[in-house]
This record gives sequence, structure tokens and C-alpha cells, in this order.
Amino acid sequence: MAKELTVDKQGRIRERAAMSDTNLLLTITVVVFFLLYLSAVVFLGGGFTKPQNFLNILNNNASLIVLACGMSLVMITGGIDISVGAVTCLVCMTSAVNLEQQGGSIFTVILIGLGIGLAFGVIQGFLVAYLGIQPFIISLAGMFFAKGMTTIVSKEPVRVTSEGFLAVKDTRIIVPGLGANNKLGQYVPAYVEIGVIVALLVVIALFCLLRWTKLGRAFYAVGGNSQSANMLGINVRRTKFLAHVLCSLLAGVGGILYFLHVGSGDVANGAGDEMNAIASSIIGGTLLTGGVGNVAGTFFGVLSLNTIKRIVSSLGFDEAWWSNITVAAMLCLFLVIQSVVLLRKNKK
Amino acid sequence: MTTPVKDPKAPVQKPREGLLKRLTRHQLFIPLAALALLVLFNLIADPSFFMVTMKENSLGNPVLSGNIISVLDNASELVILAIGMTLVTASSGGQDISVGAAMAIAGSVILRLVCGGQVSADTMAMPLILAVLAGVVVSALFGAFNGALVAYFKIQPMVATLILFTAGRSIAAWINNNQLPIMNDLSFKYAGTFLPGIPVPTPIFITAAVILFFWLALKFTNLGLYTQSVGINASSSRLNGLDPKLIKLLTYVILGVCVAIAGFVRVSRSGSINYSRIAENIEMDAILAVALGGNALGGGKFNIYGSIVGAYVIQFLTTTLYKYEVPSTALPAYKAVVVILLVVLSAPVVQEKLANLKRAPVKAAKEVS
Repeated sequence: MAKELTVDKQGRIRERAAMSDTNLLLTITVVVFFLLYLSAVVFLGGGFTKPQNFLNILNNNASLIVLACGMSLVMITGGIDISVGAVTCLVCMTSAVNLEQQGGSIFTVILIGLGIGLAFGVIQGFLVAYLGIQPFIISLAGMFFAKGMTTIVSKEPVRVTSEGFLAVKDTRIIVPGLGANNKLGQYVPAYVEIGVIVALLVVIALFCLLRWTKLGRAFYAVGGNSQSANMLGINVRRTKFLAHVLCSLLAGVGGILYFLHVGSGDVANGAGDEMNAIASSIIGGTLLTGGVGNVAGTFFGVLSLNTIKRIVSSLGFDEAWWSNITVAAMLCLFLVIQSVVLLRKNKK
Repeated sequence: MTTPVKDPKAPVQKPREGLLKRLTRHQLFIPLAALALLVLFNLIADPSFFMVTMKENSLGNPVLSGNIISVLDNASELVILAIGMTLVTASSGGQDISVGAAMAIAGSVILRLVCGGQVSADTMAMPLILAVLAGVVVSALFGAFNGALVAYFKIQPMVATLILFTAGRSIAAWINNNQLPIMNDLSFKYAGTFLPGIPVPTPIFITAAVILFFWLALKFTNLGLYTQSVGINASSSRLNGLDPKLIKLLTYVILGVCVAIAGFVRVSRSGSINYSRIAENIEMDAILAVALGGNALGGGKFNIYGSIVGAYVIQFLTTTLYKYEVPSTALPAYKAVVVILLVVLSAPVVQEKLANLKRAPVKAAKEVS
């Protein structure tokens, strides 16, 4: 993989090959998404033609977008974190109990989300980066720990009735120009929820971080080849540690957004989201082996995944299990494609 | 890292290396010590934990009952899985996290076949042995799917098996059209409960048979040797004429067969299935059993007996926690802590630090600072 670091004419070290991989996979993702959506509009019509339908994909998946971006960061450094779904669930449940039984406010919810995320991130990051334990084992344990803790916090679903919170939850931001007339001929404006704005800000912030900061470039370098990254003077352990902290912190943020969207704590919250996040990252062109990836791709990965889910359910396969099978099939397909691409490249 | 202090000290230590040191170095030491600790705890807290009595079961047959019997009985699925998981870990350096979901698939297939697609059946629609064989074949195929992704497409084992981990329970539900078939024929439940006239639970016999099979297989075939050599260095085993990919695939298929047996035992305990609950979190326990058995999770050398003892220790822990009324949904949190402690203690960095501490506490403290 050392080929990825090349020296250009001015003598600067560039990760030329890695970037071109990233861009190639990003392009594939964007094209796949538009093809999917266009074919849905053309062949299925109906709901897919309404802008609100598209915005609803965003509304329903704001938390997933944040989770998946965090996942991409870790995957770019060559790690993985499967605790994010369970952390989301723990944040939701703790927030709900805090709001309902301890008289919390939206600020305590934010504190809880960030606090839980940070705690998971620091512990998991330390174990992975400084003790050299496989990230999968640690985050598997983290996932089970968060699941168990959720039921210790509360076994029963907790529905939030706090008015201050509901006001924030139901705030809708009107998107001008995308409204449509309903059956009665009234004009219904298109809207997004607050969570979507936060998620988009996160995507933009991470995009900038990865592309233009030292830390962001270090993520790619460590994932591409940690030995050569070490020789370039990058603190590999610290970089891996920070990636895990960021990922879990974003899982905390994702938890807050999930909670803002559903407004209740339930042990089933965020179930399978680690899988959706990994699938979105992979579809978005992040390589499991590390060193290649892009949060913009991940964003389109989330959109593609959910568009496929919608297509499958509007084709009549609307039983609950089809959604899981679809995600798994998509993941399998993209994993195999990536693997074939990589194997071919290595042969050259 | 290598300080000059190390060398003059080493020859002094060597003669002191007595029986105790050799004992603690043995691979089975950790699981056996953990088992002894649990036994001791229960002995002190409540000696009645170890009582074994004859009771009449619901059919009026006299059977053995007691916590120890229940540990041996309930650990069966886990022991069977742990054996397969050890092989997979050794050959591919990763773990299969889809075993719980795959057990749901195997159980679903078996139930669907014996019930003949009915929701509730009183007699078996086909011979049990054929249904179980079909379950084994399906499960082995899913194992081969996982194995192919790992061996031929070079995907990390845990990520490759994540696919089946997500889809498995949904596939199990799909096989039975999301119905929950119930098998009322008593002979179906022999494998999961008791054979008529025998007071010992059948799963214990099945587990013993599986252990015996693997003992023979490892003794009389090259399975163990090949698995280890592929796990330690795949490319040099290839140069020695082995096919590492095929061997990796084979270990996943073997795990698939183990999963089918475990799934069969699990569904025949109750004669029914709940897709989202059956064998929930068992993948965690199986990985824990392998780690507890002193096997390196990164692959290479392995010892299935360590994993077997590890599996019994975990079931012992579970039963003990249940006895002290820890809710079953909270169990994963406790086990996760145990896993983290174990992997932290077995991490090379920590072991080195510990060794330094023992050798020269003052020097080690200086090194850290």
C-alpha cells in the first residue's frame, strides 16, 4: 500500500492513489444513488415524485447519517465500532428517564448524549489504540454493555411528555419552493426537522476535517499504512484513539437526534443501526481495510440504503424481515465488489 | 524497551521456576482457576447450590435436578459452538458473530420440516433424522458462505459474518413465513430434554458425543495441525503444500455443522422457536469461551479443551447470576465487563507491564513515568 504516498513535481508528498480511490468510489456511490432514485421515480412514481418523500428519508435518518459518518472515520483509520447502535439506544433511554422522572431539560439531554458518547469513546479508544486490542472485540463488548445498561436504566418504554422537549422535537424548518398541493388542493410546504440540519452540519464539518486538517490527513495515513504513517512522524496511537473518541461522541450525538425524532426511550431504539451505519459507509466507498473513504460518500450511502429499503417495501415486500435482508444483501454485494477491486489492484 | 536490568536477573529467576509457575503458565490454568473461584464463591455463599436431587418431571419420570445439572445441561449449545468457534478463530484469526442467527435458521428449518409447514403439529411429518440432516446441510451452506467471504474474498471475519448476523433471524422468520410452529410430539423433545427412563438430560450426552468426535478428529487427522499452521502463517503453509483458503472455508463449514447441532438441541428443548429471542447473545458467550480458554483471538495455536472448560465456566457464571436474581436482560452488561477484563489482561502490552512489575517494581515505575 506504500504506493499510495507519491511525491509530486514540487517534491511534496501526496496521497495521490488513495485520493483517486476515494474519489472513484464516491463517484460510484453518487451515481448509484441517482440511478436508484431516478428509476424509482420513473418505474414506481407515486410517492417518489414528491420532494417531501425525499426529505422524509433525511428526517427519518438524521441520526443514522451522524452514526455512519462516525463509523467512516473509524473505518478510515482501519478500525470498526459496532457499539454505536447500542450507544444510541442507551442515550435515548437515559434521556427519556431523565426528562420524565428527574425533571431534565433539553440541555441535560444534550449533556447526557455527549457524556455517554465521550465515556464510551475514551474507554474503547484507549483499549484499542494503547493496548492494541482488536476493535471488533472491544466494541462488541461495548455493544453488549450498552444493551445491558439500557435495560438496567429502564426495561419499560418511556414516552416523553415534557412540553419544552416536544416543542423542540416538533419544530419544522420549511424548505422553500419544494411544497406540493395535497388532494384538497391546499399548499403543503415541505419541511425538515432540526436533526437534519445538525446532521448536515456534522457531515460538512467532518468533510472539512478529513480534507483540510492535519488530523484528517493523519486518519487516512494511519489507515493506509500505519507503519509508514509512524515513520512520517504521525502519532499513530493518538490518531486511532481520537478516531474512536470522535466516533463514539458522534454516536452520542446520533442518540440525541434519534431521541429528538422518536421522542421516547425504548430498548428497541437504534436496533441494527450499527449494521446500517457500516453498510452505509461501505456503500459510500469507505474501505474496510482503511485509508480510503469519504463522509460525503457515506451521506449518499445512507440515502442509497434507505432508497433501496423504500423501493423494496413499495414493491410489496413490506414484512419487517425484508428490510434486514435487503441491508444484508446490499452490504454483501458492496463488500464483494470492494474485495474484488482490491484483489485485482494488488495483483497488478 | 529491553533494559540491561533484564539479563542479569533472568538466570537468578530460572531455578525458582517451580511447580506453581509451571501450573500458572499452563493454558488451562485461567479457565480452571475461574471455575474454582466460582465454585468457591458458591460454596461459601450458599452450599445448597451444589445439591443434586431426584425429582419427577412433568411426565412423571424420575430425573436429576439441581444447579449443577442445569449448568451441565444448559451449557451444551455453548460448548458445541465454542468448539467450532475455536477452529474458526485459530484458522482465520477472527470470530464468527453470526452463530446465534445461524442457530435460528437451523432451528427454523428443522421445525418447518418436522411440522410439515403446519403451525402446530402433533406428529412428525418426516423422520427426525432427515429433518436434522437437512438442518445440518443448510447450516453448513451458510457456514460455507461465511467461509467463502473470509477465505476467498479476504473480508475480515467479523465483518463478513455481520451480514448473516443481521439477516439470519429475518431469514429464519421467512423460512417459516413468520409463523411460530409448535411441535407437540414428545419424541421430538427427547434430544432437548430427557430420554425415557434416563435421568440425565440428553444434551449432556450429545455434548459428550461431539467432544469425543472432535477429540478423535484432532487425534487421528491433521485437522488441528493444518488449522494451526494456516492461522500462524497462511503464506508459508501454502508453500508447504496446504491450501489455506480451503482450510479456512472448511473450519467455517465445521462451525456451521456445530451450529446446526446446537440449534437442534435448542429447539428440541421446547419444541418451538422465537426468532428474535432464540440463542440471543450466544455469539458473545462463544467468543468469551474461546478467550477464556486461553486461545489467542488473533489466530494460531489453539486448545479446544480450554474453550470447552471456558464454556462451562460461562454457564456456571450465568447460572450463579440468575440465582442472585440478576435480570436476564442485564446479563450482557456483566459479561461485557468480564470480556473486557479478560482481553485487557491478555493484551501483550499489559502482560509485558505486569511482567516488568513483578521483576523490578521500582524500575517499572520509573519506566512508566
